[in-house]
Amino acid sequence: MLTRRIIPCLDVTGGRVVKGVQFLELRDAGEPVEIAEAYDQQGADELTFLDITASSDGRDTMVDVVRRTAERVFMPLTVGGGIRVVEDIRRMLNAGADKVSINTAAVSRPEFVNEAAERFGSQCTVVAIDARQVPGEQRWEVYTHGGRKPTGIDVVEWAARMESYGAGEILLTSMDRDGTKDGYDLALTRAVVDAVSIPVIASGGVGNLEHLYDGFTTAGASACLAASIFHFRQHTVQEAKQYLQGRGVPIRMV
Amino acid sequence: MIAIIDYGMGNLRSVQKAFERVGSAAEVTADPRRLRNADKIVLPGVGAFRDCINNLEQGGFVEPILQVIAEGRPFLGICLGLQLLFSESEEFGLHKGLGVIPGRVVRFPEGMQEQGEKLPVPHMGWNQISLKAAAPLFNGIQDNSNVYFVHSYYVKPDDQSVVAATCNYGLEFCAAIRKDNVMATQFHPEKSQAIGLQMLKNFAELH
Repeated sequence: MLTRRIIPCLDVTGGRVVKGVQFLELRDAGEPVEIAEAYDQQGADELTFLDITASSDGRDTMVDVVRRTAERVFMPLTVGGGIRVVEDIRRMLNAGADKVSINTAAVSRPEFVNEAAERFGSQCTVVAIDARQVPGEQRWEVYTHGGRKPTGIDVVEWAARMESYGAGEILLTSMDRDGTKDGYDLALTRAVVDAVSIPVIASGGVGNLEHLYDGFTTAGASACLAASIFHFRQHTVQEAKQYLQGRGVPIRMV
Repeated sequence: MIAIIDYGMGNLRSVQKAFERVGSAAEVTADPRRLRNADKIVLPGVGAFRDCINNLEQGGFVEPILQVIAEGRPFLGICLGLQLLFSESEEFGLHKGLGVIPGRVVRFPEGMQEQGEKLPVPHMGWNQISLKAAAPLFNGIQDNSNVYFVHSYYVKPDDQSVVAATCNYGLEFCAAIRKDNVMATQFHPEKSQAIGLQMLKNFAELH
């Protein structure tokens, strides 16, 4: 049986891992390659790096981080942030990434997702969606540019459209929940899981292990992404997996 | 020396680094002539079947690959590198493969379910393999080990005796084959942490 994945997420800027609250108030969490190795030891199923500066200098730093990580860690690596043209994807894959996540560029030009999938395959084309709930309604709006820019696009429709353009996976982040430790936005995640037939990664808001359980069960996510609970040593990946296995979620134990 | 065939598809660096990690030098090459001097050959690959087979042809790799296989040198296909060995694939229309293993590459059916939840395609993540036949690649590997998959198509060999391992995802499918000197996996050993590294070590140590 396919196991559900636990994916530590490393937000990187200036060659350091940081973590913010609702995309702001960044705290330093350490050196990316060392952290990646620690998560590898703990039995993480994949790793995601998000370049949260995504300036051109930042991208060179990121390529270097990916290259050094891929030399030491033999598990799937996803890289996102500032992926705008096919050449950006090629650089990241050549550095050792297995997947790239595309966010703002997909909204600016949806055909880019199609080009990426045709050239490199759907399996390496992740579309990242930053979602914010429309106040008082059961619907969510897509935001771009690191969560700064509303687009007026409905998240559920957008996810289905990205699947039709060849996305192989959706990385769905609730901006309302990001860094709050209140748990995933389960209604949002479930709505997207039901609308697409590709894997959905829940992201934004994990504060305890039960939140991971809810992400897999109530929301039906294929994978759960988390940052703070692992970076600040509240739990190890191993503890999270033991807890989930104990509650009957199919999990890979190492 | 292990030659990793570079035909412009996918992340070859990981495969090379994984061999280095287990103590074996591996060379990534886009030059088909380099296969002549290689002890062992690895055909990795991600992307679409049609593009991969076209790139192999344009790169002049088809004949040299068939030749090294016929000569009995150890050959490892990974993911699309497994699928390419088959007669044909139905990805984006029907396309001919290398024809080393008679059989077909087909897509997971629509609407697969497990415990009331639909099964997403691609099949992406860690799943268990059930070992079906003795294969040197699996020396020291336990039955039901978790390995990393990412694919939407799977292979259906005509001759079941080539199946070395299977996996379950809505249906039981062929996760690895072995036919004489040819071995191939649908999963990614280079992304399967210690278990995958052990398989690559096993391959590197073949004679």
